[in-house]
Amino acid sequence: MKKLIYLDNAATTKTSQEVVDAMLPYFTENYGNPSSIYEIGTKSKAAITAAREQIAQVLNAKPEEVYFTAGGSEADNWALKATFEAYKDKGNHIITTKIEHHAILHTCEYLEKRGARITYLDVDENGVVDLEQLEKEITPETILISVMFANNEIGTIQPIAEIGKIAKEHNILFHTDAVQAFGQVPIDVDACSIDMLSSSGHKICGPKGIGFLYIRKGVKIRSFVHGGAQERKRRAGTENVPGIVGYGVAAKRAADTMKERTATEIEVRDYLITQILNAVPHAKLNGHPTKRLPNNVNISFEFIEGESLLIMLDMEGIAASSGSACTSGSLDPSHVLLAIGLPHEKAHGSLRLTLSEETTKEDADFVVEKIKGIVERLRSMSPLYEDFMKKSQHNK
Amino acid sequence: MYSEKVMDHFQNPRNVGEIEGASGVGTVGNAKCGDIMRMYLDIDDNGIIQDCKFKTFGCGAAVATSSMATELVKGKTIQEALEVTNKAVMEALDGLPPVKVHCSLLAEEAIHAALWDYAEKHHIKIEGLSKPKSDISEGEEEEEY
Repeated sequence: MKKLIYLDNAATTKTSQEVVDAMLPYFTENYGNPSSIYEIGTKSKAAITAAREQIAQVLNAKPEEVYFTAGGSEADNWALKATFEAYKDKGNHIITTKIEHHAILHTCEYLEKRGARITYLDVDENGVVDLEQLEKEITPETILISVMFANNEIGTIQPIAEIGKIAKEHNILFHTDAVQAFGQVPIDVDACSIDMLSSSGHKICGPKGIGFLYIRKGVKIRSFVHGGAQERKRRAGTENVPGIVGYGVAAKRAADTMKERTATEIEVRDYLITQILNAVPHAKLNGHPTKRLPNNVNISFEFIEGESLLIMLDMEGIAASSGSACTSGSLDPSHVLLAIGLPHEKAHGSLRLTLSEETTKEDADFVVEKIKGIVERLRSMSPLYEDFMKKSQHNK
Repeated sequence: MYSEKVMDHFQNPRNVGEIEGASGVGTVGNAKCGDIMRMYLDIDDNGIIQDCKFKTFGCGAAVATSSMATELVKGKTIQEALEVTNKAVMEALDGLPPVKVHCSLLAEEAIHAALWDYAEKHHIKIEGLSKPKSDISEGEEEEEY
């Protein structure tokens, strides 16, 4: 079999062996329901408690402020919908950004149809929100500010502590979608005045189908899933015990190895960016050059389309993703790339490479060589490139 | 997601390139939806398409439909080329995923645009050919939940 170079770790990650080993006993040995009183039930309960503590520690939160969900999307839905309901008396205004994940944006659209007023903040060409605009948009009816910690496509990290400070000064709740940031960059919910935070297990070498919403003590949102008394009566349903156990181990592992791991990733990331930009003309880095996730590379190649590039990379054993329309299932390219000001044709020609701790410089060299050849080949077939070349010859 | 034939035409596209002094050239699509096709036709005095080449900016399906369309019109008369519909292109490729059907419409439109250019240059009227739209995009209705 061809060697796989997996560079789509923002989509999902390989579950670490340590995580799998920790989970396995909770399928066939300690399979008891955590709500039961007999021994294998209480063992499950203890395992959940331990995982909750592991996760709380990473955030500098209290364990009872961590509520397990079925993933990041559920956590985002819960935070927004339940805040809108619980704080109706105060107002109906929510401030978010144009570059959020669809779990936020589509939930906002849903709430708009039910009477919410949503402000979508602009971002600059690097994808950073404008704090002045944020302050200006705040009204007495504003009940929530929701800004993602780091962007999933272009990797830009937002000034979260400053946003938290503004929210706190105006006595407005602050939610952050930290699905890409949790375990990748240090997060302190107190230092950043975060009231709610969403995260997902499978982005940090944990299992799929598990996430959590951090809810600061005192935030009055109610249950989103009704039924039993699990999760302090705030999220019904028998707990995903193996998932929770795996998530706890993954979170601890991510925090323990963060410093060293991300230093290596940043080195390979910057090497990869430099090498691609040196090898391929008419290419541009998307996202902030330094305030970006340690493992994120996002580059637009002019005159070509992303899906073609992805298929050709796949044939070389390289797994990556793109912000082109074809990969989104619609005719529009990525809303994030449009929000940072890319014209449609450049947004269609974007490539996202998200590294893991296993990605080496040798991998990077192989990938750069392949990208160079594929981009040349696709350009030779592109009418846009033909026009560009004719124009530049004409101008000579 | 793609049939073997689509993958074959994507990986080994037939008739990529330009024709110098082509009898007709047509460009359709737009950068907004992410697909642009340019079709070159070389038509002889008897109205037979002697050669056909293309350039495409777009996804795998866009490249494959352009490639197949050039294969289907080569050697045909103008009237026969007009009968190369998007359905014919799709069938020849053993089908396309539903979200990619617009690529085959674009390929059909690219042939028409090149023929239209030929007709205009030669001051003739081609029976059954109307001025092609330069912009093809399906009006997709999304379901609400």
